[in-house]
Amino acid sequence: MNFPILSSLILLPTIGSIFLFFSRNKEGNNQTIKYVALFTSVVNFLISIYLWYQFDPLTSDFQFVEDRKWIEGFVNYKVGVDGISILFIILTTFITPLCIISVNNSVKNRLRDFLIAILIMESFMIGVFCALDLVVFYLFFEAGLIPMFLIIGIWGGPRRVYSAFKFFLYTLLGSVLMLVAIISIYWINGTTDVVKLLEVGVDTKYQNLLWLAFFSSFAVKTPMWPVHTWLPDAHVEAPTAGSVLLAAILLKMAGYGFIRFSLGLFPEASETFTPLIYTLSVIAIIFTSFIALMQEDMKKLIAYSSVAHMGFVTLGIFTIQQQGIEGSIIQMISHGLISAALFLCVGVVYDRMHSRLINTYGGIITIVPKYAVLFMIFTLAALGLPGTSGFIGEFLILMGAFKDNFLVAVIASFGVILGAAYMLWLYKRVVFGKLVNQELKKMSDLNKSEILILSSLAIPTLFFGFYPEPLMNTIEVSVQNLIYTYNLKIN
Amino acid sequence: MENLNLILPEIFISLSIMFLLIIGVYKKDSSKLVYNFSLIILFITGGIIFNETLNVENVLLFNGSVIIDYLSSFMKLITIIAALMALIISSNYLKTFKILKIEYPILIICAVLGMMVMISSNDLIVFYIGLELQSLSLYVLSSSGLLLYGCSLIYGFSGSTNFEVIANNLNTNEYALTFGIVFILVGLAFKISAVPFHMWAPDVYEGSPTSVTLFFTMVPKIAALTVFIRFLYVPFVNLIDQWQMILIFLSIASMVFGAIAAIGQRNLKRLIAYSSIGHIGYTLAGLTTGTNEGIQSSIIYITIYVVMNLGLFSCLLMLKRNNKYYETLDDLSGLSKKHPLLSLSLLVALFSLAGIPPLAGFFAKFYIFKAVIEQSMYFLAIVGLLSTVIAAFYYLRIIKIIYFDEEREKYDEDHSFWLKFSLSVSTILILIYFIFPGQIIDVVSKINII
Repeated sequence: MNFPILSSLILLPTIGSIFLFFSRNKEGNNQTIKYVALFTSVVNFLISIYLWYQFDPLTSDFQFVEDRKWIEGFVNYKVGVDGISILFIILTTFITPLCIISVNNSVKNRLRDFLIAILIMESFMIGVFCALDLVVFYLFFEAGLIPMFLIIGIWGGPRRVYSAFKFFLYTLLGSVLMLVAIISIYWINGTTDVVKLLEVGVDTKYQNLLWLAFFSSFAVKTPMWPVHTWLPDAHVEAPTAGSVLLAAILLKMAGYGFIRFSLGLFPEASETFTPLIYTLSVIAIIFTSFIALMQEDMKKLIAYSSVAHMGFVTLGIFTIQQQGIEGSIIQMISHGLISAALFLCVGVVYDRMHSRLINTYGGIITIVPKYAVLFMIFTLAALGLPGTSGFIGEFLILMGAFKDNFLVAVIASFGVILGAAYMLWLYKRVVFGKLVNQELKKMSDLNKSEILILSSLAIPTLFFGFYPEPLMNTIEVSVQNLIYTYNLKIN
Repeated sequence: MENLNLILPEIFISLSIMFLLIIGVYKKDSSKLVYNFSLIILFITGGIIFNETLNVENVLLFNGSVIIDYLSSFMKLITIIAALMALIISSNYLKTFKILKIEYPILIICAVLGMMVMISSNDLIVFYIGLELQSLSLYVLSSSGLLLYGCSLIYGFSGSTNFEVIANNLNTNEYALTFGIVFILVGLAFKISAVPFHMWAPDVYEGSPTSVTLFFTMVPKIAALTVFIRFLYVPFVNLIDQWQMILIFLSIASMVFGAIAAIGQRNLKRLIAYSSIGHIGYTLAGLTTGTNEGIQSSIIYITIYVVMNLGLFSCLLMLKRNNKYYETLDDLSGLSKKHPLLSLSLLVALFSLAGIPPLAGFFAKFYIFKAVIEQSMYFLAIVGLLSTVIAAFYYLRIIKIIYFDEEREKYDEDHSFWLKFSLSVSTILILIYFIFPGQIIDVVSKINII
């Protein structure tokens, strides 16, 4: 038995949070507490990089598999990664330390509890992407609700209670049907082991209902139109670090779930329901882009743009084309980086001016030039400018879509234009223009930690924009295998 | 009688009750002494059960009217532990309210004896005697007439009171027998406060002292559930078509009503009453399946429920300030700022009661739904899971009040050792249950009734 590297990735943040729990909670202690949390998450990041280094991209098998008896004769604790999931794990371990650095300004009270919640959240999120057993997956998938509920509810904005409840109940309602489906799969196939299930497949006559049950959970989490309404509320009220986690990683659980479970376990049903997904995705792309155009609140605008971007992701996944699925995965990774950065950008001005309304700002380019530059990079990345990772994802998705369904692809392409419209308009109204609000003159430019966070997000965004090979290499074989078995099963 | 050691727990507890009564009569101001003695007696009884009967597979005593098997031993042990904990953590409460008379612990032990007789009963008469002893001690007599009527109907149409003889003589075409079963089911439903026979529960729970409410929400339900299992699955397992629908109705009604009715409550004890109605609904859902797996899942559910309930009530008993106990939702407002550990325990207990993974409450529900879905009872499973979402709302609301709202005055912190002990043990058990979920299954899977 090799060293259980995935379990240590899952456990390490929890262990760190237990340390924090037993530390004394005093004002003067805050720096130490933060360093402990930061240290834990950075170590976790390094382990995940080592994992990537050790990862063999030439096979589509699951690697680093750990299989332990858990509930005798029923569920095994089984974890493992393949090309599809490993990038999400690295994204998680990369975003978490940045979140921890960013709490400096946004979280004033109960810092220790906040960091504990973030670290536990990290454990659960990594668990979701590693799990190779449906019950274990469900466990991590649902468990994430608890820390997120507390993060929004305790440290959120004025309407935090409403948003926290909405977030929790929407997601829970979506997920309970998935639980029914998981147990049904156990009774149909006699196992919940994903690897075995991927081999033997699920009986065709049950697939449609099971697919819909999984869909109800993933659609809420993605979020797809029309069940997306919890997202803007949750984003607006959550503290910056919470929004970042939500946008960068939580939403990706559903996209990952679609690829792994909906396509992998229920190929026939996926084929049946592809038109449904296409319709909802296109509506999400066009409709929420228009909504985003009309927003007065910066966070809300970015939240709606997330819905639109996730629309591209679901569209790409269900094209069942090599480009489409690879594009979706890269789009999710890059959206993870970009939306995280955009929320942090909003957080930066919010910490200074305590307003998220767009019309508070305007003409700040001369006051905060560094901020303007970094914000510009992420704006352009969000609208998919070539040379940023956002472009690679959207381009590949549209390529896959054109192969599969011309009409859908044409409509979705309009989403790219709309995306450019709302992002550029946002940037113009916030950064350019005349300086009307005299209060803005007091704003200070980015401090060191903010520069550190934003540039460490900008570097991979640009790097993978020019050179996406490392990402493509990692996912290619796994996606090929997925599509191969998918086509084998539906024929 | 070479098997007398198997009913040693009952014999010991009966003699102890007489002993305690004698002390109570002859010694003045002996309430503290009797209280301590009763704790020791319960503890020893638990020890005897653990030693003598836990590994007995299936033995009939007294002409087959008393049965000792895995089910009875396990449930007796849970009953004793729950009663012991209920008694031990309310010591300060009893002192504050000056209700620590000698009668209080003696009545509790009498009730426990009644429950043990109920749990071991394999005969309608023994069952009724145990039930009456329990009811007399606790004053829930509402349903006894119905039960007795049901018993006599069954006796009339099967010619015996013994469960096994009834099973052998059973003429499945006899409709009057169904009436008998329905009467007994209704009587038992009163005891466990399943909807629509729940009306007494919220008022009694709210009106009783917290220590008694604590006892009521856990202990009688364990015994009643055992009788439910034994009664339905030994003599009447062949009539499953006739009682299954009733049980499904009781289960769905309890789950849905418990979830909806709890939303409007401001008093914590009343809220817990409705929530316990909901939890009984889930327990009954396991019994509707007609399989050993379903029965086992119900037993696991009630066990985990007892642990969660202990945690919840330990918290409730800690809300004390200047010798006054607080029990409305508003009194919890902002608790987390001054009492972080207490709030964390409440948080864990509440999320677990709501059935959110990875806490123990999730697994309890998970086993139930696994057993239910195995029998393709999807309607029951989906209604049950949707009512967990509704129920999650009011649990979340309590968490919201604790964590998000404005803080109030500080509560006392001089709690007794046992109160802290029960709170921390139950919290830790709920939290780390997911590491060893197999243990309880190993124990419970020995219970095969069918």
